[in-house]
Amino acid sequence: MIHWLSQVFSIASFNLRTIPERKGAVLASAVGIAGVAAVLVGFLSIAEGFRAAIMSSGADDIAIVLRSGADNEMTSGLTREEARMIGDAAGVARTEDGPLVSAELFVIINLPKRSTGTDANVPFRGVEKPATAIRGDIRIIEGRMFEPGRSEVIAGAGAARAFSGLEVGNTLRIGQADWTVVGIFTGGGGSAESEIWTDAAVLQPAYHRGDSFQSVHVKLTSAETFEAFTNALANNPQLEVKAMRQRDFLADQSSLLTGFIQGIGFFIAALMALGALFGALNTMYSAVAARTREIATLRALGFGASPVIVSILIESLILALAGGIVGAAAAYFAFDGFQAATINWQSFSQIAFAFAVTPQLLLSAIAWATVIGLLGGLFPAIRAARLPIAAGLRET
Amino acid sequence: MTANNGTLVRVQGVDKIFRRGSEEIHVLKGLNLEVPKGEFLALMGPSGSGKSTLLNLIGGLDRPTRGVVEIGGERIDQMSDRELAAWRSRHVGLVFQFYNLLPVLNAHRNVELPLLLTHLTKAERSKHVDTALKVVGLSHRARHYPRTLSGGEQQRVGIARAIVTDPTLLLCDEPTGDLDRKSGDEVLSLLQALSREHGKTIIMVTHDPHASARATRTLHLDKGQLTDEPVK
Repeated sequence: MIHWLSQVFSIASFNLRTIPERKGAVLASAVGIAGVAAVLVGFLSIAEGFRAAIMSSGADDIAIVLRSGADNEMTSGLTREEARMIGDAAGVARTEDGPLVSAELFVIINLPKRSTGTDANVPFRGVEKPATAIRGDIRIIEGRMFEPGRSEVIAGAGAARAFSGLEVGNTLRIGQADWTVVGIFTGGGGSAESEIWTDAAVLQPAYHRGDSFQSVHVKLTSAETFEAFTNALANNPQLEVKAMRQRDFLADQSSLLTGFIQGIGFFIAALMALGALFGALNTMYSAVAARTREIATLRALGFGASPVIVSILIESLILALAGGIVGAAAAYFAFDGFQAATINWQSFSQIAFAFAVTPQLLLSAIAWATVIGLLGGLFPAIRAARLPIAAGLRET
Repeated sequence: MTANNGTLVRVQGVDKIFRRGSEEIHVLKGLNLEVPKGEFLALMGPSGSGKSTLLNLIGGLDRPTRGVVEIGGERIDQMSDRELAAWRSRHVGLVFQFYNLLPVLNAHRNVELPLLLTHLTKAERSKHVDTALKVVGLSHRARHYPRTLSGGEQQRVGIARAIVTDPTLLLCDEPTGDLDRKSGDEVLSLLQALSREHGKTIIMVTHDPHASARATRTLHLDKGQLTDEPVK
């Protein structure tokens, strides 16, 4: 075995030393693979950043209750009585003021984007007083909280960055009424930061919603009581609702878009990978052709066929890995933390997020490069091993 | 390698047919050859007569279509590729017309190549390489790369590589074919010395009567068979 490995090492080191003589082809092939890695990391970092933005505000001890059969808040509807019964269920956290439950309304409004001036959808949420205590990470960073019963709004920091008209003191005309922006809030980088909040009791009449809500946000006594909570809801014959942990709900809400971005990313990366594969094949076939006599000489001296195959695979792999690492690093420096906003198709709302190049993405790019390298080297390596020695010795 | 009755190489009833598409080219026809141990044999014949093909069969670089190739009592025509590779590395030294040195390695490292297939330590390998380079008179050029050596010097490095494992059999395919007369003479003198002083069995393919004159016996290939007389 050591013998075999030393053969592989020797041949691979001879091969690698010839790289300067064919640097053009080698560079083209490595750049092709770097491109695949960069595109893959770039696209997936969008999906990853979007998912992170959506899920960062997700907690396991917060439950969101919708009407049974509703996919999202837009298609859900709950009465005040139902909201009260949900608040009375087992597992709900309580304070002196009562259960930590917020029955909420969710509407979509149009505001002009700062970047283009064109209108885009922004979620406008009516909440009850416990909403901030339930979510826990809501902080007013400018101005103040809205006063219950008044047409006042607070804007998420992401929404305020992306849309014009959300400056503190500004008045917005929304749904036949004027609303004053009285504060800007952060929400731990989560989806709440892309929303505008007001008092649910003020939003209901403005949108002719009577006394109905769309969702109930509930703080549980702990993450473990979720099951007891859902059982309590299921056992109440007067309720036809479903509850999800906030983290699962948010992941579910972003799945369509993240899936789409990932799909496009993989598709484009796969097309580029095909191109890079041919580049790698071409490089390695030419490398083998240029070294036919050397390979035949080594074989004639007694070097085995399998060390020849493995050594060529190693060379191809090293080239691919170099390309993959450079591409992944370039994507990291170009994309990581890049600020963007997009529409979440499931809620039709703008979500502000930052591209996130995670270690897993970098590893997956390098894994792609490895596969390209192995496939790109395999066939030329087999050809090299099958070369008739006697004929190869006379190649010039 | 043990020889039978002093015979090192025994080729019996060998046919070699190459196929090019539907065409069959019968290069060797029922060829017989015996080479005693220590002989310096020259193989001559016109281009395409099968000299190199015969050399490749004896060196285990190719297999006969039919017949027996026995070296030192071992049937190499029946060996697998892996067995042949191991057999070559132990018993055969190869010298090529165009030297076939690896350009990325210096003379010392080129000569060391066959020793990488042995279990010798680095120090032991280095000692063997120094000895081989001394035999061919190139100790002072050990760190030179092939491109900085003359043709004659490159061929001497090639010969050092062929003898570094101390094989019984040296197979030389037109060893002077790419050299001027002076360098060619030096190489032939070296081969002669290896045969006379070190007891090597040498089979040399050549076109050059001047080269074959240095051998102890010359055979001619004609129409796929060996004769003692030159082809007219």
